[in-house]
Amino acid sequence: MTQDFELAVECCLLAGRLMMESGAETYRAEDTMDRMAISQHLTQSQSFVTPTGIIFSGSNSLPTRLVRISNRSTDLERIALVNNVSRKLVNKDITLQEAYSELVSIENEHKTLPLWIQIGAASIASASFLLLYGGTFKDVPTALIAGGIGFSISTLLEMKTRVKFFAEFLAALCICLIAIFSVTWGLGIDVDRIIIGSVMPLVPGLLITNAVRDLMAGHFVSGVSKGAEAFLTAFAIGAGVALGLSF
Amino acid sequence: MAYWLQGILSFAAAAGFGIIFNAPRKLLFYCGVVGMTGWLVYSYIDDLSNDPAKSSFAGAFTVAFVAHLMAKKFKMPMIIFSVAGIIPLVPGGSAYNAMRNVIEKNYTVAMEYASVALIISGSIAMGLVFAEIITQLSMKVIGRLKSVD
Repeated sequence: MTQDFELAVECCLLAGRLMMESGAETYRAEDTMDRMAISQHLTQSQSFVTPTGIIFSGSNSLPTRLVRISNRSTDLERIALVNNVSRKLVNKDITLQEAYSELVSIENEHKTLPLWIQIGAASIASASFLLLYGGTFKDVPTALIAGGIGFSISTLLEMKTRVKFFAEFLAALCICLIAIFSVTWGLGIDVDRIIIGSVMPLVPGLLITNAVRDLMAGHFVSGVSKGAEAFLTAFAIGAGVALGLSF
Repeated sequence: MAYWLQGILSFAAAAGFGIIFNAPRKLLFYCGVVGMTGWLVYSYIDDLSNDPAKSSFAGAFTVAFVAHLMAKKFKMPMIIFSVAGIIPLVPGGSAYNAMRNVIEKNYTVAMEYASVALIISGSIAMGLVFAEIITQLSMKVIGRLKSVD
């Protein structure tokens, strides 16, 4: 029976870690872990989740476990998959062993979309934003190129250097320079709108939403730290654009 | 710009963000729908009132409310639908203008734009909060009505 409890704790921790690594809200990760624990008769479980680590205690007699969350990315599909596994476990559709092996396979096998599709999506989003913010059709090609290049620079640099602010700063700088050059060479018309549209894929949208929802749920540590991360990212983008414009 | 064109563009933008954030493939269409509804409400209120704070509040409220409905329907986390929809409402323009005026050393103008950006972000946050609370309350009321039956 103790073996079962250990596996249950392991399962809860894995689910929580996968959710936090994919960019879920803190309170959702805690809620999922607690529900899974209660379904496995760990009625006194306690979880404390922050964006950088999870502390989880199954019951008073079991040892308290700590898991570090080192790399965070955005992968909404993985959140949905983990959520689905926990829902099935709580409804007793699958056993604990099955749930654990499903979670392990999600961790090892789940792939994100290939990078070129993401870059294409970023380009299209940039061009749409350019037009939504009142740009002209003549600026669309520039926005497509600038948005795609900016997004790929930020993604690739973040993978290589692990310093998000630097990656976003350089990406914003490049977007700004592309916009300025295209206008001087007569390919574009409105520098401002090209830059605003192309910078949009870098905006920390997930962080903003998560920060607000975590603050509302009373998770002040995560809410404030995510808000600070969002603010710093926005500041890095602003600084990159500012440096580009000052040339 | 005509509303139908805005609808198509905002749909493309929100679905694009769905791809960037790796939303589940079969739900990309609904991410786009959430973004489109939010932007159309934002744009309509903006035309009526000409006040970015009001229109951002209405847009964020709509995005979060529709996202909650979709989350209930598909039994998926609400965040999948709301993230892509919120991004078009972000005050990119005013933040950019604030930055630009700082560089040109027009600090008073920059402060004006920066405060507009701050007010818009505040109203987006308020929109999210209001939608969350209203859906929670309505779920409770519906649950109570069902239990009375």
